[in-house]
Amino acid sequence: MNALDVFQLMLLGLVVICGVSACLTKNLLVSLIIFMAYSVIMSVIWVLLEAPDLAVTEAAVGAGISSILLFLTLKKLQDIRKEVRDEKQEEDEGL
Amino acid sequence: MKSKKKTKVSERLRAWDQSSFDLTDALELNPPLPKAPTPEDRESLPVIDRIEARQFAGFRKIYPWLAGLLGLVMSAFLLLGVLKLPPYGAADNPPHNEVMDRYVGEGMHETGAVNTVAGVILDYRAFDTLGESHVLYTAAAAVLILLLSSSRKGEEPPELRRIMEDDPILRNTAKVVVPFVLLFGVYIILNGHLGPGGGFAGGAILGGGLILYAIAFGYESLERLINDRSYRVTIAACLCFYSAAKCYSFYCGANGLETIFSTGTPGAILSAGLILPLNVAVGLVVALTMYGFYSVFQRGRI
Repeated sequence: MNALDVFQLMLLGLVVICGVSACLTKNLLVSLIIFMAYSVIMSVIWVLLEAPDLAVTEAAVGAGISSILLFLTLKKLQDIRKEVRDEKQEEDEGL
Repeated sequence: MKSKKKTKVSERLRAWDQSSFDLTDALELNPPLPKAPTPEDRESLPVIDRIEARQFAGFRKIYPWLAGLLGLVMSAFLLLGVLKLPPYGAADNPPHNEVMDRYVGEGMHETGAVNTVAGVILDYRAFDTLGESHVLYTAAAAVLILLLSSSRKGEEPPELRRIMEDDPILRNTAKVVVPFVLLFGVYIILNGHLGPGGGFAGGAILGGGLILYAIAFGYESLERLINDRSYRVTIAACLCFYSAAKCYSFYCGANGLETIFSTGTPGAILSAGLILPLNVAVGLVVALTMYGFYSVFQRGRI
């Protein structure tokens, strides 16, 4: 077992850890950041498996674009929740 | 306990920032989860909710265990499937047949592309890629129709404005990073037939760079380049060019005619016949689609 094998095993372990912890975290923002890390580790694994085309695409789409869109979704959800909370507060004050 | 932790973090951040800029809003993206209803709460709930709370009380308790069990079973099935796979890179694996011999042995000579993947995607299997890009275009058009028709027109969220005007970290980072990101995207697109990458990956990188620019400097400065009209015209023109070029090469290939696009010297930047212009077309479509998704989702228009 040479150094590269050890490195690969470490990466695979990290992928499993990232996958599980992304599901188990309560905070969605943290979960998203872990998901980004998962994509970056996956792209390194693609390079080691001699698939550089996939590595470039994974890094650009998985870690970049989809994370941006998910962050944006989180922000929109937050705005909606805030609006609902404000409306509820106004109702309570009115009563 | 929880609120104590939060103030600590915010205090530290404020000390770090040393300005009027308050980052606590960004930190508190998640309000604490709603607590399970207590018996007193249940009495105050509407009747239907009360029934639901009673019915699902047991279910909520076993739900995490069921989910964990399901996950374990699914992973066991998948791992069993992986165990049946032939060893990685073995000589007698099923994909090592005459098709692969042809691609690897003759691919560079026949398509002119050093990157065999690009040769396969955009030359040998160009028909599949043509269909795929039309599926992608249809999906993007459907998303745009849905988002455009349901959103209010032309008002930017105020908090976005605040971030764009006030954040020196974001602005200065973007000032340094964006040119390199865009240049790297162009490089990936133009080198699609020589090295890893190609239209899709490079287009995604370009789109990411455009999004970063829009976040840091606002949409106004980008609107000279990308507006509603240029967006539609570019995407439609790229897809029409793609279809026309592929129709031409299908026609020539099926009838055994010589095409006017020569394969050139493999390894030169202007080689590989149609692969380079097709990569440029795909890259433009993907970059504009990515940026368009972000913009439409963020503020309701392109």
